[in-house]
Amino acid sequence: MIKRSFWGLAKPRLNYSVTVGAVEELPVPSKVILLLKEPQNGGRGNGLKVGDSVKTGQRLSASPEGAEYVISSVTGTISDIAPYVGMLGQKCKAITIDASGQDDWDDSFSKEPTLDAALKFFEYAPGNPSFKAFADPEKSIGTIVINGMDQDLLLTANQYVVQNEAADIKGGVDALKKMTGVDRIVITVPENLVQQASNTGADVRSVNATYPSSLPHMIMKDVLGQVVLAGDTVEDAGVAFMCAEAMAALGTAFQTGRPRVTKIVTVVGKDGKTTNVRTRIGTPLKDVLQACNVSPNDRDRIIMGGPMTGAAAHSEELGVEPGTDGIVVQDEANSAQVTDYPCINCGECVRICPVKIPVNMLVRFLEGRFYEDARALYDLDCCIECGLCSYVCISRIPIFQYIKLGKYELSLIEIAEAANE
Amino acid sequence: MSSKKGFIPHDLFPWKPAKVSGKAPQEKLIVAHAPHWHDGSKISTKNYNIMIAALPAVLFGISQYGAPALGVIALAMGSAMVWELIMNLAMGKPWSIGDASAAVTGLLLGMLMPATAPWWVIALGTFIAIMVGKQIFGGIGFNPLNPPLLALAMLVISFKGVFDFDEALRHYDIGFAMAYPLGQLKYFGTAAAGKFSVGDLFMGKQAGAVGSTFGLGLIAGGIYLMVRGYIRWEISLSFLAGVFVTALLFNILGDSTKYAGPFFHLFTGYTLVAAFFLLPEDSSSPANFLPMLLFGALAGLLTVLIRNIGAYVDGVPFSILLMNLANPLLDKIRPKAIGKVVENA
Repeated sequence: MIKRSFWGLAKPRLNYSVTVGAVEELPVPSKVILLLKEPQNGGRGNGLKVGDSVKTGQRLSASPEGAEYVISSVTGTISDIAPYVGMLGQKCKAITIDASGQDDWDDSFSKEPTLDAALKFFEYAPGNPSFKAFADPEKSIGTIVINGMDQDLLLTANQYVVQNEAADIKGGVDALKKMTGVDRIVITVPENLVQQASNTGADVRSVNATYPSSLPHMIMKDVLGQVVLAGDTVEDAGVAFMCAEAMAALGTAFQTGRPRVTKIVTVVGKDGKTTNVRTRIGTPLKDVLQACNVSPNDRDRIIMGGPMTGAAAHSEELGVEPGTDGIVVQDEANSAQVTDYPCINCGECVRICPVKIPVNMLVRFLEGRFYEDARALYDLDCCIECGLCSYVCISRIPIFQYIKLGKYELSLIEIAEAANE
Repeated sequence: MSSKKGFIPHDLFPWKPAKVSGKAPQEKLIVAHAPHWHDGSKISTKNYNIMIAALPAVLFGISQYGAPALGVIALAMGSAMVWELIMNLAMGKPWSIGDASAAVTGLLLGMLMPATAPWWVIALGTFIAIMVGKQIFGGIGFNPLNPPLLALAMLVISFKGVFDFDEALRHYDIGFAMAYPLGQLKYFGTAAAGKFSVGDLFMGKQAGAVGSTFGLGLIAGGIYLMVRGYIRWEISLSFLAGVFVTALLFNILGDSTKYAGPFFHLFTGYTLVAAFFLLPEDSSSPANFLPMLLFGALAGLLTVLIRNIGAYVDGVPFSILLMNLANPLLDKIRPKAIGKVVENA
């Protein structure tokens, strides 16, 4: 954890990790746990049963036409299907598959790069790409940005891909061009990877190594010179973001005919030791940590993602998700603790906010649950969710959490209003 | 820490444990929202640093005025903490004296008092500072006015004699003219004020409150706080600039037998202690850049206005309290957030 500098007048600088280590290949785990989202409109099929045998690369969905699916990362049998509630109440089914140890590939995937294939097989690819914006008639995507920089501190999974798998990214870029018809593809990488990135066939731009310059909104502003309006997504502004690993997955899939079922994960131990591993999606965190010789104790945190934006897992039995770029194990003594102390108006958050939100006022409204005022008067929707305000807060207010809660509550209000109309 | 009424953090992010077969006993992990890093800053650390920064000026005051000065400081800090504790108990809130903000309030009020102030004035002063200045608004972070200054202003109005430094300190003989420079200026013009050389004023050879006469010590403390980021340099420096420029204009354009020069105003009265310890108090000052500059500069302007043409000898308490009132309005001047959609534009 990077502490406040003695000379507090200087703004804290949180630098991304840009030294990429080698990747250690992990063996196929004895079981994988995959989270299948339940469709929001409640339509639930029963296409999956305990005891079903599945093949590697097979598309698993509650109903044949279901939009939500997972791709099995092993060959074996489904041993358990349990309900699971994720972040912000997202209902999921946790599907446990006992692996047989041998890979028997499913062959329903065809090598023809079409948007349909992408929607049908790659929404669950490593790196969590989303192709829905391309199929959405209301959005016109004119630019695709491939983020070759990891979004959070300490992580180097995507940088590894740029460094070592540029040819696969190139395959992905070609396939993406073919399936979407978008010609402007930009890859953003840290300074030291510009050379490797130039082999990908995308337009190379370098980004600053200081957090949060790799977050999509910051890339939009700094690299593309385009400001995303408050409340809009980057897709609304005509730009789709993909991470480098997703591109490489796309590339290998269309070259070999088999979708990638592995994920590169940066594992950071309590001593700060960093290891990159390649493991099957769905591998229990426990297996990954064991392989890296990291043993969490009581009251530690296991963070899926990075230290600024990652989610602390409640159990070592959760599986590696397609979007899990890192697993950070943190000792209780090193973890940020929050308090319910009031804001003392010191203004640190105001000065560090990358989008100039008056966080000191915003947090007062959020604490009082005046979410609509927070949006209208104090720029709640401009927040790009970097977490720096919480990081510097001297009162240790969970500002980032309040912001997420505020946005969530407002989205509920909107859904309710839409339903009433 | 008591949680807010109806506020159950666990409801917000329902990470329900997944039912996973083949359960083995496992570690209990802490689940929390991002970010998982913190820069380690704490309110108590900040307040301890403010106390450290105040030490040179306070020790100088004690060395000049002896045990009574020590008594003033000790009683002010102690009573402030007691009032805070009483209020915590009365309101059933968690004890907040651990954050040292009550101690700082007491220390600052003590620094503004003459060494001869009677004990009941000090105890009353800290009562006003803690209760009226801070706790009735909700405690730390909610005070619209600077607590020590609010107390000082009330005391100055109520007990004029106690704050008549010439009268209060007349029994002291420390080797320099025991006359309050601002009083001399107000009643006898610059001729009387000219007795004090700028160097003497800077080195604390002047009558005044316990912790506000030693210019060198206050500036050293202020620089320490600024480079460590515990106070906002914008406010302190713009205040000093405001005092300097206004005094200079009065001196040049006005009657120079009546209005003293800028350095005199910088190193007398409460100017320096206000610049580095009172004005940048977090809750009662702005957080945005331009408002901070305006806040400081206008407070400096008002200070000299009150000193030169107002009724009071020192304008600091009133000028800053006035600016505290303007703070919420000033802080509305802020940069447009990136991405903000301006309607009716």
